[in-house]
Amino acid sequence: MPVDLDYLSPSAVDDAVALRASRPSAAFLLGGTDLLPQMRSGRRSPETLIDLKRIPELHEIRENEDGGLSVGAAVPLADVETHPVVLSRFPLLAECSKTVGAWPLRQRATLAGNVCNASPAADTAVALLALDAVVNVASTTGRLAMAISELFLGPGQTALMAGDLVTEIVLPGAAAGFRGSYQRLSRRKGMDLATVGVLVGKRDGAPASWRVALAAVAPTPLRVAAAEELLAAKGASAAREAAELAVAACRPITDLRGSAEYRREMVGVLVRRGVESLG
Amino acid sequence: MKKTITLDVNGVAETAEVEVGQTLLRFLRDGLDLTGTKEGCNEGECGSCMVLLDGRPVNSCLVLAVEADGRSVTTVEGLSREGVLHPLQKAFLSQAAVQCGFCTPGMVVSAAALLRENPEPTEDDVKKALAGNLCRCTGYKQIVDAVRDAAAAMRAGAVAGGEAGKPAEREEVPA
Repeated sequence: MPVDLDYLSPSAVDDAVALRASRPSAAFLLGGTDLLPQMRSGRRSPETLIDLKRIPELHEIRENEDGGLSVGAAVPLADVETHPVVLSRFPLLAECSKTVGAWPLRQRATLAGNVCNASPAADTAVALLALDAVVNVASTTGRLAMAISELFLGPGQTALMAGDLVTEIVLPGAAAGFRGSYQRLSRRKGMDLATVGVLVGKRDGAPASWRVALAAVAPTPLRVAAAEELLAAKGASAAREAAELAVAACRPITDLRGSAEYRREMVGVLVRRGVESLG
Repeated sequence: MKKTITLDVNGVAETAEVEVGQTLLRFLRDGLDLTGTKEGCNEGECGSCMVLLDGRPVNSCLVLAVEADGRSVTTVEGLSREGVLHPLQKAFLSQAAVQCGFCTPGMVVSAAALLRENPEPTEDDVKKALAGNLCRCTGYKQIVDAVRDAAAAMRAGAVAGGEAGKPAEREEVPA
C-alpha cells in the first residue's frame, strides 16, 4: 500500500462523485473484498480511496411500487440473500449470492461491487442478468439507468465510465417469480471461484418463461436467449436441445480451475439437469 | 497519510493515529497488542484474522483501520471475561479441536457470530458458518463437534437462568 494513500468518506452521493472527479487517481471503496487484494498485489494503485459506506442512501433496500426491489450499493450480500422480498420474489438471486466466498466475506462484499468488478465468474451477475436488473449510476453529468445486459464488456471491463458511481441495483417487479437452481462447480464448496456456474429458472404461466444464464464460461457472465426461447416454445422436454444451445453459446478458456473442454461439457450436463428438475 | 480514528475494541474506547493503508488486522496486532487475531493469507481466504465488526464476522485483513472509525470491534480476547473462558473456548479444549492453534481464534470468533444468530445450529449450519475458516491440521470434525457442544452448553446455561454466553464457573486452562 502506498504511504501517501488518502482516505475520504463523504456522506452524500453528489459529494462522492465531485470528489472522484477532482481526483483522477481515486477509487471508490465499498466492501473492499476485491479492491484491497488488488491494491496489495499492485494490480490497482489508487492514490485516494473514497469510502462510500458512510452514505446513508446507499444502505437502503427499498420495495418499489411495481413489486420490484432497489438494493443500495453499500448493502452487503449477507443482507441481500436473507431479505424477505429477495427470498420470496427473487430467490435465484439469493441462491447465487450464497455461493460467493463465505458468510464473513459476504458481510462486506456487495452486489454493486460484484457487478463493477466484472469477473466472468461473478455469481450474482448471473442472477442479475437473468432477472433483467437495472444499474442506477450517478456521474458528474447526472443520473442514468443502465440495463445490466449492456454492462459487461469483458473480464474486469464494464460500460461504466471512470468516475461513474453505481448507486443501486434495481430488480424489476416484472422479473419476480422465477424459481430454479444455480448449479456451481468449484474445487471446494466455500471460498473458491466458480469453475462453471449454471442458472436455470422458470416461471409458470401459459406459456412458462425460462431463464438460462452462465458464469465462468465466457469473457463475461452470459445469458442464453436462444435456449430460453426454445424452452418457452417446447417446455422441459427440450432439455437436451436447450443444453446444446448453451454449449454453443459459451466460450470457455482453460485455466487452473478447469479446461475449456471440461467446462463446455459441464455446461451441457448442468443445463440439462437444471431444466429437467423444473419439468 | 495518517488519520485519527476512535473505535470501541472489546468494550474499551481507543483513539489512535493510523496510516490509511493499515488494515484493521495490523492495527489490532501492532497498535493494540491484541495478537490473538492472526494474519494468515492476508487476502480474505483463510479466516484466521476473523473479528466481529459491529457484531458481524469480518476478515480484518480486508478492512482498513480507518473504515472501523466509530465502530465496535470484538476480537478473540473480548470473548473471555476476566480470565474465564467463553463456552466455545472451553469446548474447543475439551474436544481437542486445536492442533497447531493458528486458525483457532478465527474459528472461535466465526462460531461466536453463528451462536449469536442461531443458538441451536445443525452440523450443516456450523459447516456453512465456518466455510471461510481454513484449518490445515485437524480435519474439522472436532471443531464442528466443539461448536455444537458449546451451543448445547450455552442453551443449558440460558435455561438454568444464566446469561447466555457467560461461563457458569471458572475453569483451569490446561498448560
